[in-house]
This record gives sequence, C-alpha cells and structure tokens, in this order.
Amino acid sequence: MAATARRPRRPLDRHAVESAVLAVLRIVVIAVAALAAVAPLAYGIVLSVRPFADVVADPLALPRPGEVDVSSYGTALRDEDSGGFGLARFMRNSVVVATASTVLAVACSVLGAYAAVRLRFFGRDAVSGLFLAVYLFPGIVLAVPLFVLFSRIGLTGTLPGLVLIYLAQTVPVSLYLLRSYFRAVPASVEEAAEVDGCNRFQVITRVVLPMALPGITATALYVFMIAWNEFLFALLFLVGDRERWTVSLGIARLADFSIPAPVLMAGSIAITVPVVVGFVLAQRLLISGLTAGAEKG
Amino acid sequence: MSGLAGGTARRDAAGGPPEPGRHRPSRRRLTRRAREELHGRLLISPTLLVVGLVVLAPFAAGIMLAFQHVRLIDIRSLTPADLDFTLRNFTRVLGGPGFWAAARTTLVYATLTTAGSVLAGLALALALRRPFPGRGLLRGLVLVPYVLPVVAAATVWTTLLNPQYGAVNEMGRRFLGWTEPVNFLTTRGVDVAGLPVPVALGVVVLFEVWKSFPLAFLFVTARLQAVPRDVEEAAVIDGASPVQRFRHVLLPQLAGVLLLLALLRFIWSFQNFTDVYLLTGGAGGTEVVGVRVYQELVTRADIGTASALGVLMTLALLVPLALYVRLSRGEREERG
Repeated sequence: MAATARRPRRPLDRHAVESAVLAVLRIVVIAVAALAAVAPLAYGIVLSVRPFADVVADPLALPRPGEVDVSSYGTALRDEDSGGFGLARFMRNSVVVATASTVLAVACSVLGAYAAVRLRFFGRDAVSGLFLAVYLFPGIVLAVPLFVLFSRIGLTGTLPGLVLIYLAQTVPVSLYLLRSYFRAVPASVEEAAEVDGCNRFQVITRVVLPMALPGITATALYVFMIAWNEFLFALLFLVGDRERWTVSLGIARLADFSIPAPVLMAGSIAITVPVVVGFVLAQRLLISGLTAGAEKG
Repeated sequence: MSGLAGGTARRDAAGGPPEPGRHRPSRRRLTRRAREELHGRLLISPTLLVVGLVVLAPFAAGIMLAFQHVRLIDIRSLTPADLDFTLRNFTRVLGGPGFWAAARTTLVYATLTTAGSVLAGLALALALRRPFPGRGLLRGLVLVPYVLPVVAAATVWTTLLNPQYGAVNEMGRRFLGWTEPVNFLTTRGVDVAGLPVPVALGVVVLFEVWKSFPLAFLFVTARLQAVPRDVEEAAVIDGASPVQRFRHVLLPQLAGVLLLLALLRFIWSFQNFTDVYLLTGGAGGTEVVGVRVYQELVTRADIGTASALGVLMTLALLVPLALYVRLSRGEREERG
C-alpha cells in the first residue's frame, strides 16, 4: 500500500538518496544526543574535583591527575557539626521517602492496571476516565489546597505526608503505563494459566508480573525518581525543618547559601550517582521484547 | 471490549478449572462474571482511595478556596463556618500586573518544550532502532538527563551559565569573541543580527527539552519494539523507500504514543514550577503561571488568589484533556 500510494519513478535512486541522508542524520542525532546527555554531568564531575580558586582562574581547564581533589564530597556529605553540609542525612531521608512511595505505588497500580485491562466491573470506564482526568490536576494547583489541608491535620513537616503525596501523584501515571504493558500480555496465556488451575491472584503473580516485568521495572523507576527528585512539596512542607530535608531541597537550599561551586557540584553529583547507576543497570530489563514468542505454538 | 468478551467465551468453551459444585456451564459463567465484578472493584480500590483523598478532595478544596478571602495566617483558625463566596480573588488575579504576560510566557514555554521534547525523543528512538555495538550503553547514557535529580541538573546548568566562571561564557569569550559575559538566567533578550532573541526563556525551554526528551525516547522505543516486523518487511518487498516506510508503516503505529507524549508534556510543562523557579526564579521574562502561584502562596501569603490562579490554570488545561479524550476514544474504536 505504501509503495503504490506514491509510485516513485526511479525507486532505486530515491532509496539510495534517502538512505544516505538518513544515515548521516542518524549519526548526527546520536552524536548530539550523547553529547547533550553526558556533557553537563561530566562538567559537574570535573568541577567537583577542582579547587574553587582554580575554577575561577581557568573555567575550562581539566585537572591534572595529581590535582584531583575529592575533599568537596566529604564537605558536602558530612554533618553540620563536623563542618559539612549534612547531605548524607538528606540522602537517608530521600531513600526512605522514595522507597516507600515506590513500593506503595507499584503495588496499587499493578492491581489497578490488571483490573482495568482484564476485568469487567461496574465503573471500569469511569475509572479510566478518572485517571485520565488526574493528569490534568497540576501539582502546583494541588499544592495550595494540599498545603492547607495537610497543615490542618499536622502532616506538613513529616516524611509520611510527602510519601502520601508522591504516591497519589504517581499512581495514576503508573497505572497508565502498566495498562499498556499488561495489554501486551496475550489474554490467551492467562487463559491457559486459568485452565491449568491458577486463581486470579496466581494469574497476576505468576503470569502477568513476569511477562510485564520490563514495564513494572520502568514504572518502579519512574516512581522512585519522581519521589527522589521532587522539589515543590518538599519545599512547601519541610523548608523549616533542616533535619528532614530531602536531597532536592537540601541542594537547592545550599545553592542559595552561596557555598563554593565545587562543593555544590559534589553534592549534585552525589545525589545523582545512585539514581543513574540504578537506572543504567535496570535498563537491560527494558530492552528485551515484551512478549516475543509467547503466543507461538 | 470485544476481545474480552471473546476471551470469556473461549475460556468457557475450554471448560475452565474443574471446581466442585459448579457443573452447568451457564451457572459457571454467572459466577465468573460476579467474581470478576468483585475482584475488579477490590483491585482498583487502593488506587481510588489514595487518588480520592490526596487528589480529588484537595482539588475540590482548591476550587472552594478560590472563592474565599483567606490568607496563610488564617489556616489554623479556618472553620467551615467562615466560608463565603467572593470573586475578589479572580478580579485581583486577572487584573494583576503581568498576568497576561505570564499566561503568554507559559503558553510559549509549554508549546516549544512539547514540540522539542517529542521530536527529539522520536528522532533518537529511530536513530537507535537498529542494533550496533555500544547501543545498549548509549541507550543508558541518553537517559541521564531524565534521571538526574532536577535540582542537581539545575545547579549544574546554573554553574555552566555562570557569568564569572561558567564554561559557556568562557567559551564565548575565548572562541566567539564575546566582550561582555552574558547573564543567561536574568537577561530578557539580546539582538542577534538585528533579531531579538529571548535569552532566559530560551534557556528554560532548552533545559526542559533536554530534561524530558529521554522520556519521549523511552516511550517511543518501547512502542517501536512492539511494531510487528512483518508489515515493514512487506513494505520493503513492495518497494517502499525508507521515508515511505516511516510515513506509512511506522508513523501510524507510533501516532498514539506520540500524541500521548505530546499532551502529557504540554500539560506538565504548562504547570511547571520547579524547573523555572530553580533556574531563573521567574526573572528575565520567564515568569510562568506556576511561579506566580507559588509567589501568591508563599511570598504574598494569599491562599485565595493562589487558588484562583490554580483554577484558571486548570481551566486552560481542559482543552488538551478534552482533545486527548476525544482522540484516544477515536483510536480505540479504530482498533476495534
């Protein structure tokens, strides 16, 4: 159909030109994307191991091997009592908040997504519409009433209050993501499992979850990163309580204190490394095809 | 829908699990139906509960607050008896200095960001589609901007663009002959060859595209993996050129995910507060409505006007949502 729609007069020439142009474009796209993705992070790393005076004297220089100075990391991570900026504590807070949010959000959205894809129940379409509508509610718009309500019930200034908000903000999107992954699991496989005597719970845990594992990993990473990176609610709820600052709030506040650039960069890299490493490792899970071969035979 | 019904029929024909006390097929189907109903409601209820309590209820409260004369210090003593109805917040917000400029800035920001992010993600997904040595590493690397905590990314960018010791200004001085350092985050615009170029707004748009294109890339790549190979192979055999294959085979397959991405990105960028606040704080012609809401709430401590601004933002976002609902419904019908 595609070929008859246009009828190229000399298909070979056209193919050759297109292929050549696309091959060049492809390399350009890859190169630009790789540079854009890596350069700022590399810059941050380089700056974090140079003394501030050197940076001011020559902003573009690379440190010689003997000049690498990692003391900025210690300064950023140490507690305030020991002359640092308390980043290790902020990281502990963020790990707790992000892990709790991830576990809860994935649990809720796996169940909800399965129901929305496979089960007919009263109000299923309304539920789908509802989650669509939740996309609409802007975080900054919800921030105002949430701030008011959580202040009234004493949840501002607490980490569980943040978890609750991150959970609610990520569950609709997680459910949406998972729905498409669950749809890709052929119903015939589930039916076969049912014929073999699996109940609903076993179908979910033994068939749907393994087959949708890439999707679930992606969803879990998504939730963890949202919670780890979130800034607005951390700012609104915790700004007055330095003990409970999360990493995002901590770095943003430190940036306001005009602390030396290398320490600031060291802090930024330190809060980035765990997430980047986790993501790059789990990336392998995402690459495999979803249900390749599952329906054959 | 039809697929599900067919599936049920097939399950019943296959006999289903042998269970004691249920021998007649018609009765088993009723029981199965009732169980499905119950399980569906049970499985969805945790999500409903959370969303209801932390999204829907506050949203309703936000609408209510938009019509109250209430300030931050009144929160503690606020009771339902204090509720009244006033349009003062809306008249103040709409008549406030810079509101329409902020609305325009928000629209420009969201539109440019959406286009840039989706197109960049699509281009990269297509470029990385065919396997080559190092592709896996590259796929991981390009996701870095998305994974970076936004605060870390904004801090690095702020340092990169710093007028005193930032790398960008230094490169401009050294290689482009800049005489004066450019303060990228506070400069509204400069003339380049007689054309006004918005500087700070350009930076925040670029930042957002940079930060969000990996997500688009991830979505498109996942969808690309699900595209059946045989249709493309058939198109090759039919003599379709690479561009034709993209236009007539791939693009129809990707249209759904691209649309979803574009609408999500628009909605998210439209309400963006964090990125703009961290980079410029709203300076240099980057004051988007999200930043104004924060200023009303925290700086002016006026809950009423902050809520009213939020309601107005929500109204503006009704259009993309309606668009999404209509288009996605049409797509589902097409698929059958």
